[in-house]
Amino acid sequence: MANVTMTVNGKSVSKPAEGRTLLVDFLREGAGLTGTHVGCDTSQCGACVVHVNGKAVKSCTMLAAQADGAEVTTIEGLASGGELHPMQAAFREHHGLQCGFCTPGMIMAAVDMVNRLGAPLDEATIRAELEGNICRCTGYHNIVKAIAAASETMAGMKTAAE
Amino acid sequence: MTGSAEGIGARVTRREDKRFITGKGRYTDDMAVAGMCHAAFVRSPHAHAKVSSLDADAARAMPGVIAVLTGEELAADGVGNLICGWMIHSKDGTPMKMGAWRALEHETVRHVGQAVAVVVAETRAQARDAADAVVVDYEALDAVVDSLDALKPDAPQIHPEAEGNLIYDWEIGDEAATEAAFASAAHVTKMEIRNNRLVPNPMEPRAALAHYEEADEHYTLWTTSQNPHVARLVLSAFYNIAPEHKLRVIAPDVGGGFGSKIYIYPEEMVCLWASKKTGVPVKWTSDRTEAFLTDAHGRDHHSEAEVALDADNKIVGLRVKTVANLGAYMSLFSSSVPTYLYATLLSGQYDIPAIHCNVKTVYTNTTPVDAYRGAGRPEATYLLERLMETTAREIGMDPAEFRRKNFIRSFPHQTPVIMCYDAGDYDASLDAALKAIDYDGFAARKAEAARRGKLRGIGLSCYIEACGIAPSQAVGSLGAGVGLWESAEVRVNPVGTIEVLTGSHSHGQGHETTFAQLVAERLGVGLDTVSIVHGDTDKVQFGMGTYGSRSGAVGMSAISKALDKVEAKAKKLAAHLMEASEGDITLEGGTFKVAGTDKELPFFQVALAAYTAHNMPEGMEPGLKEGAFYDPTNFTFPAGTYVCEVEVDPETGKTEVVDFVAADDFGTIINPMIVEGQVHGGLTQGIGQALLENAAYDADGQLLSASYMDYTMPRADDVPSYRLMTTVTECPGNPLGMKGCGEAGAIGSPPAVINAITDAIGTNALEMPATPANVWRALKSAQPAQAAE
Repeated sequence: MANVTMTVNGKSVSKPAEGRTLLVDFLREGAGLTGTHVGCDTSQCGACVVHVNGKAVKSCTMLAAQADGAEVTTIEGLASGGELHPMQAAFREHHGLQCGFCTPGMIMAAVDMVNRLGAPLDEATIRAELEGNICRCTGYHNIVKAIAAASETMAGMKTAAE
Repeated sequence: MTGSAEGIGARVTRREDKRFITGKGRYTDDMAVAGMCHAAFVRSPHAHAKVSSLDADAARAMPGVIAVLTGEELAADGVGNLICGWMIHSKDGTPMKMGAWRALEHETVRHVGQAVAVVVAETRAQARDAADAVVVDYEALDAVVDSLDALKPDAPQIHPEAEGNLIYDWEIGDEAATEAAFASAAHVTKMEIRNNRLVPNPMEPRAALAHYEEADEHYTLWTTSQNPHVARLVLSAFYNIAPEHKLRVIAPDVGGGFGSKIYIYPEEMVCLWASKKTGVPVKWTSDRTEAFLTDAHGRDHHSEAEVALDADNKIVGLRVKTVANLGAYMSLFSSSVPTYLYATLLSGQYDIPAIHCNVKTVYTNTTPVDAYRGAGRPEATYLLERLMETTAREIGMDPAEFRRKNFIRSFPHQTPVIMCYDAGDYDASLDAALKAIDYDGFAARKAEAARRGKLRGIGLSCYIEACGIAPSQAVGSLGAGVGLWESAEVRVNPVGTIEVLTGSHSHGQGHETTFAQLVAERLGVGLDTVSIVHGDTDKVQFGMGTYGSRSGAVGMSAISKALDKVEAKAKKLAAHLMEASEGDITLEGGTFKVAGTDKELPFFQVALAAYTAHNMPEGMEPGLKEGAFYDPTNFTFPAGTYVCEVEVDPETGKTEVVDFVAADDFGTIINPMIVEGQVHGGLTQGIGQALLENAAYDADGQLLSASYMDYTMPRADDVPSYRLMTTVTECPGNPLGMKGCGEAGAIGSPPAVINAITDAIGTNALEMPATPANVWRALKSAQPAQAAE
């Protein structure tokens, strides 16, 4: 088995992986980061979304070997210095999660959504963009509210930084 | 009650959220122990077949394989068959016909996906590879998938124990009185109603990690369970895995259940057995296709329903015949779902003097069916509310007014089908919903939609459900094999912090927040000084778990009772310490006070005094820890009105839910934010049933919708933002006045959606799911008739 090396949440991780090992299994079993979940086997549910080189990717749909040399961010790496990312904070504030299983993928997909589309995001856009993430608990109502609110916060932070 | 800003009624954010939003949740598949190996199951590709031979030699020789174990070995080791824990008797007095269900089948498989062997290997991939290499020869038998077909004389026989595939032929109500009501009726409306089969689909697939430690002859099972103590009891008492004190069951963070994680399935049992057999810890995690094939499904009824009215449009009788599909085997509580959780709710919110219902349950070559969010009550509500709407249309009466005319208005109300409703105000929720939707303005909205080429419709559903699933004595008399109370222990630590050990289990419901809110309310302490402990049989006293919207009404009532005892003892001690009369002690904002004086002692000082025990009243034991078991006096009866507005595109048949109003009466609400979240989720599952979801089998018993590519889960753009409101009548049956909110959305919403669509398209011939194709066909089939009018 060849070694696969990538930077995960700012740290270099190097582990042997079979050619067929999926990125999600490399992260969960190789890197011990179990925050990224597997909810289906057809790339539909989005529980496994992580960022690879800054873009949202379903980590069940990418081989670990394909991510060799990449910068990967998982849900564990989203908060910085003990401070929640605005998307994480908004999911809590707006009760955008119940069982929590789809939540890591939802949050990672939502951050990518705001990064790509900017803010503010309207309800129709958010709902359409969530096509690749399934939640069985919340009925999406509060997830949509959380993402809309976080998009405003993230836009404010970006403006402040500029 | 001392009151607290974080107490009952406060919209506090959830204390469990931080671990979930940072990826630190601990679900079963996240667990690992040293030396852990992985299980993969060999499953039947046939819906009905004899197992002729099984050759595992090649598989056993593959890399990393520890063992391949079969059903013959399982049986030889005395592992028991899976059971159904609720006895139902047919109307002729004979007991239900339970076919043998083995965790690994070595003779006759009865549904696609049934396990015949298990591979244990060092890695998950090795286990799966080896499972593929196990060669099983099957002799295929004819299969039957539809429940009506299964009752036909020439249908394949599925279990030798159940002749003609009939499990029981049960009835409830007064048949003669109902006959008489129909004989004298001024109007009768009759319908055939199908309730589609669903797959629960919690986002976390089922999983198990079993660890047998030989030195102690002790098992630990981490598993995705809504009720770990019930799992331990069944595994111990019926499946002979181990005595209860040698078996620890831990249900850590669980990613949704919706009923499907109540049951003890073959895979969890087999992992325990395999761990002892192989001497290694064994983990199994279901993939999504396995979940579709083996998680208990929900619903699947065929019914004939008819209602009789007098000349004044008052209901005089209701007659229902239902055939319910229980699948290939009787799952743990499957027998109770289409009987006591279904037919007992057929009176709805209405004063109906005579009801008779006959239910036949049948075996088919499909995945077993059991409780799924609502469990029987959605089927009753769908049937009754479709019938009410259709009847109103037939007699030319406004559907809201027809319902109102027949509402129950005095309580307690004894229905003809066992239930005695304790409290409610059905006018209040109907009024609130109609006002919110602007019912009177609908005609204008319909006309405006028509100008855009859309067919707009409005539909109502006035639902009632029974929650709590209790009292034990009552359910026992109806056939339940268990009591349905709940337990709690409140441990006050010497420093005044508090642990609450509860038999309820949280898998998304937010108990770590709401249960702590109750403690804050009662003792006036801060939420951050309270922790909620659940889901581990080694930590928590025996409890019954979470299902049937029971954790508030039953689980929190147990905590409340334990808090009563803590408060009583602490007051007695405080009186002693302050040299006052016990009757003068009050507890306000976390401080014990002596009425009419300035003497006071904070709660934590009294707690400390209980543990130092230097100065106790005579005869009082040291410590401050109290437990309680709470057994309710009745079910609780949440009720409400849902109004749905849809727009249908006549060109494509696509339905858009454009507005949805829910007015619910849940009694006392602990945390409105969490309750709203429960309703949002329930509504979406109900709208999913109405518009999208269907477990479809072909004639050979292959599940056609066995992945998210084929089974349409509701996504964010399939549902609207909801408009929710509550009306409150307190439940008189429990100390907190709570009724429960977990299932209402899924129970009440499907008929509101279908009533709205059938209103929009002008034909009633529409079944769930109302996919664009089904709606389009209904529209087309109705057009010639309309043209001829």
